[in-house]
This record gives sequence, C-alpha cells and structure tokens, in this order.
Amino acid sequence: MVSKGENVYMVSGGVTKFSKASPDMDFRLRVKKAFDYAMNDAGLSLEDIDGSVASYFSDHFQRQLMAGIMVQDYLGLVPKPSKRIEGGGATGGLAFQAGYEEIASGRMDTVVVYGFETMSHVNTWKGNEFIALASDTNFDYPIGGFYTGYYAMMAVRHMHEFGTTVEQLAKVSVKNHGNALHNPYAQSPMKLTVEEVRNSPMVSYPLTRLDVCTMSDGAAVAILASEKKAFEITDHPVLVKSIGTGTDTMRLADRPMGKVPLLPNEKPSDYENMKYPGVHSFRAGRTAAIEAYKKAGITDPLNEIDLVELHDAYTSSEIQTYEDLGLCKYGEGGQFIEEGKSNLHGKVPVNPSGGLLAAGHPVGATGIMQAVFMFWQLQHTIGKHFHDDYLQVPRAKRGIIHSHAGTGTYVTVSVMEAVQ
Amino acid sequence: MTLNPDAKLPETEEGTEVFSINPLIVKSHYEIDYIHSYAQDSEFFIALGKKKLLGSKCKKCGHVYATPRAHCMMCGAETEWHELPLKGKVHTFTTCYFSGEEFIKETPFNLILVEFEGVDSLFMSRLIGAETKDIYIGMPVKARFRRNQKMNVTDVYFVPDIKK
Repeated sequence: MVSKGENVYMVSGGVTKFSKASPDMDFRLRVKKAFDYAMNDAGLSLEDIDGSVASYFSDHFQRQLMAGIMVQDYLGLVPKPSKRIEGGGATGGLAFQAGYEEIASGRMDTVVVYGFETMSHVNTWKGNEFIALASDTNFDYPIGGFYTGYYAMMAVRHMHEFGTTVEQLAKVSVKNHGNALHNPYAQSPMKLTVEEVRNSPMVSYPLTRLDVCTMSDGAAVAILASEKKAFEITDHPVLVKSIGTGTDTMRLADRPMGKVPLLPNEKPSDYENMKYPGVHSFRAGRTAAIEAYKKAGITDPLNEIDLVELHDAYTSSEIQTYEDLGLCKYGEGGQFIEEGKSNLHGKVPVNPSGGLLAAGHPVGATGIMQAVFMFWQLQHTIGKHFHDDYLQVPRAKRGIIHSHAGTGTYVTVSVMEAVQ
Repeated sequence: MTLNPDAKLPETEEGTEVFSINPLIVKSHYEIDYIHSYAQDSEFFIALGKKKLLGSKCKKCGHVYATPRAHCMMCGAETEWHELPLKGKVHTFTTCYFSGEEFIKETPFNLILVEFEGVDSLFMSRLIGAETKDIYIGMPVKARFRRNQKMNVTDVYFVPDIKK
C-alpha cells in the first residue's frame, strides 16, 4: 500500500482530566470542554471546521445509541459531515486515522476528531463484562469472559518463550505511574516500587491490580488540517507523516504459528525457531508498524524514533509492544525495560504521559489522548499545557502513537513529526 | 365529547433509587433475553452432549482448527467437521481472581489454551482440579463433559491427565 494523499497536520488538541467517575458532566459536556480547549488554543471558530469523526467504543457503557451525533449537535457542528468509528480499545487510534483520511483524500481542510467514554455508568465488574462481550460470545465469553485473563495467558506464554519476569512487568507499572506524577490530566499518578506492584491484589495470574489499567471517564479532541490550512492556523503544526493499521483473529485460539514479518533492521535468522505470533505477540502491531514505517522511511526504529505513546492497558502489553514496534527484537522486551531504555530519560521514552496505566483509559478518548500528548511533545509545549515541563522530551522530533484493541485484534501506528 | 381536562396519570408506589442529589444520579435498570442462534457452529455444541469435541479442517489447504470455523482463514475455503482427540496439553494458562460480573461468583478459576497433537490451532477452556502452582505449560490435560448440558461452550472442560 502506498499513500498518495495530501499531507496531513495536527494543529491543536485538548484533553479532560481523566478520572474514575466524574458524574458532574455527561459525555457531551466532557467533549465540549476538550473541544473548546483545542479550538481556543488554535484560535479557531466553528466556521473553520469542515467536519468531524466521533470516537467511542461501547453503546453498553453509554446506554445511548448514536451518542456521536449528540456530541456533534452539542458542539454546534451540525449539519457538517461526521461519522462514528468503533474498534474496541483501538477506537481512538482508528478514529484519528479516519480523520487523517478525511484530510489526505482532499475531502476536508480541517477535521475535528473527538473521543469519549463514560465508564462510570456501571461498576467495575459490570464494565469488565461489557468489555468481555467483545470476545467471541460462542466460544470465549462463556468460559469466564475477562480480558485481563486473556492478556494474562499471553503474558504467561511470553514469559515461557522469552524468560520475561514478573519484576520486568512491574517495572513498566513503576515507570508509567511515576511519569504521571507530572501529568495534571492523569488519573492515577503514583510513586511505586516493584514490590508494591507485586504485592497488590492478584487480578489474573501473573497480573496484579497495578499491572492493569482502570476504568475511566474522559474525553479528548484532536484537530487535523491540510498543509495550506495548517500553516494559516499555527506556525507550529505537527506533521502526521504516516499511518499503519493491522488486524488479527478475535479468538486467541486461532492465532497461527508462522513466521515473523520482518522490519528492515531484522533478518530471518533472528527468529529461526519462533512460531509467530502464537499467543505471545501481537501480529497486528507488527503489521501496523511495517506499514507506517515504510511510508515514513523508518528503517531503524530505535534510532529514528524519539518517543512513543503506546497502548499499555497491561504492563505485559507494553513489553510485547516494544518488540512489535521493533524498538528491540522479539524476546528482548523484558530486558528493554530492565535496562531503562523506555524511561523518561532513556534511549526512547515510552509513555512519558503515564500511558493508559496511569493517565487512564476512557476507551474512545484514549487513542486521541495519545495524539494530543504527542502533539504537545513535538510542539515542545508540554510546559505550557501541563504547567510543568518535567515530562518534555528535549529531543522530541519524531514520535509514534500506538492504539490497540482486545488481544491485538486491531492495532494502529501513526508517525508524527515536528515541522520546525 | 371525550376531551377531559381533569385527566391525570395514576400515582404509583414504585419509586426510583437515588444515589446522589447533585449531580442527580439514579439507578437505571436494563435487561434483555436474546434469541441467540449458534447457526453454523451448532454442530459443535450438539456434539458436546455426545462427549465429542469437534474442530474443523479446511477441505482445500488442510489447516486444522481446534476451535471450529465454517470457513478457513488461511485460504477462504469451506471446512469440514473434524473430531479432536480428548487429550491435549496446556499451551498457556492463567488463574482469574476477578472477572466480569457474570463470572465473579466462580472466581478463582483457571483459563487455559489447549494444544492437540496434529491440530494447528488452540482451544480455550477451564481447567479444574489444579491450582495455579500445579499448572505448567506442556501439562497433559483431558476433556470432560457435563452430563446435563448448559448448551454452551462450558459443557466441555479440562482436568489434569494423571493416574490417580
């Protein structure tokens, strides 16, 4: 696949503070807050917007069908074109890419991508049941429908294949919760130790409470524009250089045992005896990375990417994703965190915002939140938006955002670059 | 003349549970019974009552699925039913201490993916009769079946394959 479209830029963003429950606002008002922040920050008014994409995961959580049009209506964007995008945990990443496509195709000059989820409408265990209804309801859900259980089985297999340890998983939790101490939008900032992560209640062996993200209420907005429009709006737009998307089977049981699709910096001999993806790796993540890197000309990810915001719903998924993204080889993810390479001051900071584990995971907003935090990083405006520049990655020129749906069924990778 | 300006709704004793006044948060109930068809997967569930585990095999490329599907994901061709052995090995496992609401009362429970000799894909199930510390990858397990079927995938489950 070769993209022949127009250049696409991100020109503004906004995020609400994520929280376990914020019943003082409904989904419409929550999006409105993020939308107004983004619109005001870029000096835009409603006439400047050509259309929108709505991003939310679950009609069950919302208990309101067509919530997308209700947001469109509340924001004052009717009768402009809009649509809803849904793809589980990757909803936000897919919606961001749908916004990209509106600009790249030349259909629109400015598009608003808004995402939201109000998970506090039900208690946590009912929420887990809703989420588990994504798994195959004939063969998987009735056995004990619980996504943490599915990811735990993947983590156990990763540990078996590669020797990854529970302490390495815990280090991801320590890092991400720690980064969030400096992110005012984050839901769960915490100073933790590996022991505290391991001693928190076991949710699904080997994943403890602190290896797993929580339910969130939140909204996020990204505004994208064409090249001509972007430079009218701001002197510092961020180029969305390329997008990539991959998919995999809904049932973990169906995942094949084949060969690794290689990145340019890998060779077949790296993985001679590996049965791939099995249930230890996310083939959709690798597929998305290959597409996005090819279009962005990235051949050596570790040395050509300055920072990453990735989908760490589980500590194990962050480690698996280092490998899918080629930040290290398959099997080296545990060592990658162990050596501090993904720390804020490491070789390639991963989830400087705190990620899903600590910033939060209001599903439809999550992938867009990543885009907003990455946009501010690449604009070098973290200090302005966080009122604290501790998390600003000094050398941030090129970043990757990565969004992921249940057990890696849909994965998106988008490459973003500072323009000046 | 049927117009009645004194018409009023009857007042009832049913009320609404209120969690909080400002913002006003109330309990809102919702439930539904689905008329769920297993459709092309029906044969699998019927076979569980005969203590048989049916996978499927692609008629064209020969890919064998432990969890059946009517069409092959490798080549798109139709598959046929393929009876699986009742003994296999643990490919991976976990123990769930929490779950979705429907299964909370069953915690803790073990989930496993089972691999079978000569079969290309896996099968997800419960493992009973073993605690986390006893379970390992490669552990031999065998299928058991409920006598009184629930007519869902839990009609089959696995136990350790050891001599007593």
